[in-house]
Amino acid sequence: MPVLAAGGFFSWEWVFRHLDDIWDRTVEHLVLTAIAVAVGMAISLVLSVIAIRYRWTFGPITWITGVLYTIPSLALFAFLVPITGLSILTAEIGLVSYTLLILIRNTVAGIDSVPAATIESALGMGYTRRGLFFAVELPLAIPVIIAGIRIAAVTTIGLVTVTALIGQGGLGFFILRGLSLFSSPIGTTQIIVGTIVSVMLAVTVDLALVGVQHITTPWARRRAAA
Amino acid sequence: MIDFLGEVAAWFADPANWLGTAGILNRLREHIQITVAATTVAAVLAIIPAVWLAHRRIGGTFVVAVVNIGRAIPSFAIVVLFLPISIRLGLGLGFWPTFMALLFLAVPPMFANAYTGVAEVDPDLVEASRGMGMTDREVLTRVEMPMASPVILAAVRVAAVQVVATATLGALVGWGGLGRFIVDGFSVQDNVRVFAGAILVAGLAIVTEIVLGVIDRFLVPEQLRSRADAVETIAT
Repeated sequence: MPVLAAGGFFSWEWVFRHLDDIWDRTVEHLVLTAIAVAVGMAISLVLSVIAIRYRWTFGPITWITGVLYTIPSLALFAFLVPITGLSILTAEIGLVSYTLLILIRNTVAGIDSVPAATIESALGMGYTRRGLFFAVELPLAIPVIIAGIRIAAVTTIGLVTVTALIGQGGLGFFILRGLSLFSSPIGTTQIIVGTIVSVMLAVTVDLALVGVQHITTPWARRRAAA
Repeated sequence: MIDFLGEVAAWFADPANWLGTAGILNRLREHIQITVAATTVAAVLAIIPAVWLAHRRIGGTFVVAVVNIGRAIPSFAIVVLFLPISIRLGLGLGFWPTFMALLFLAVPPMFANAYTGVAEVDPDLVEASRGMGMTDREVLTRVEMPMASPVILAAVRVAAVQVVATATLGALVGWGGLGRFIVDGFSVQDNVRVFAGAILVAGLAIVTEIVLGVIDRFLVPEQLRSRADAVETIAT
């Protein structure tokens, strides 16, 4: 296959021939990320509520999720492979584990940052404990929670590439296949494509989440306009 | 599962797995060696310019960009990308592509944290130091740097843990280190070796975090400790 780009390490021809393939892997990458962040957020919300309700649990919860966060991704996947095999479940358990520390920290910090006067007013207006949480505390915590989701999503998009080693991987597939062909332009092209599209995906998702924050916190916009 | 854990225990009990080039002891030595080398070089490359630029208050926007881009590039991709680069530079497989990838990953967060650490020193304090007649150099070395030291040390700790994690991926580009057990175990479908490798790698990462945490505690004065909490971390 002829090499079209300068230096002989990048082939546009390969890219144009594999646009469908690149698209499919990008979608797979996004799905793996979305599942991990959604499941991670659900677990984090429950653990955050527990940590806020029973303060003494906050230390142990952040300690355990901190240890999970410290374990290198390759090792975490390696721990799971003998149990759950080379499956999407193995990938997701690992990916979810990495989101927890960031999401719990931000959720707790966000809810803690709600002013005491606001809570008092809500209670004075007759909100129940549950109503207070869902209608007042959680919405006001959205900016800090979304800041956490942004970090978790960008981190997860990077880590998804590693799951190529356990047969998943989204765009990591190209990086891994490029690795085995690294001395040919077809190999380096795939490494570069996998990397660049993954970075573009991370930037796009990050910006999209900024948009979500904008839409879900109309009061912040009104305040900024006033 | 119990049988499997028994096999893993037996693997660790076998002296043959500890000695020789492919043994645990040599792989551990390789892993620690490249971690210390990469963290030290990255610290010098990152902290000196960061402290100087922050002292001059130059490049704040640049720092934010560095952190965001750094987080968006997958470490796996970096390790693999540096393989063809190293080959082209005539540095071959193994150590150099891994080392260059580790530098590339460790420099941005250390740079950003060191910059933030110095830039966020209370301006009143800096003003007061100048008012007391301190020279520019004294303000930097006797006020800004000591005040920023907890953040800088925490940044080195975070980077070192990240380097330990990423050095594991060096096994993919022909480097040794503890990642070998996992990568080789995968390729011959030896789950016992994979699991044992995971224990070793996770153990080294956690020990690194704890040991450097203890060193930080000794080096940082109590009054400054809470400042270190704000440091950026990245999962690898």
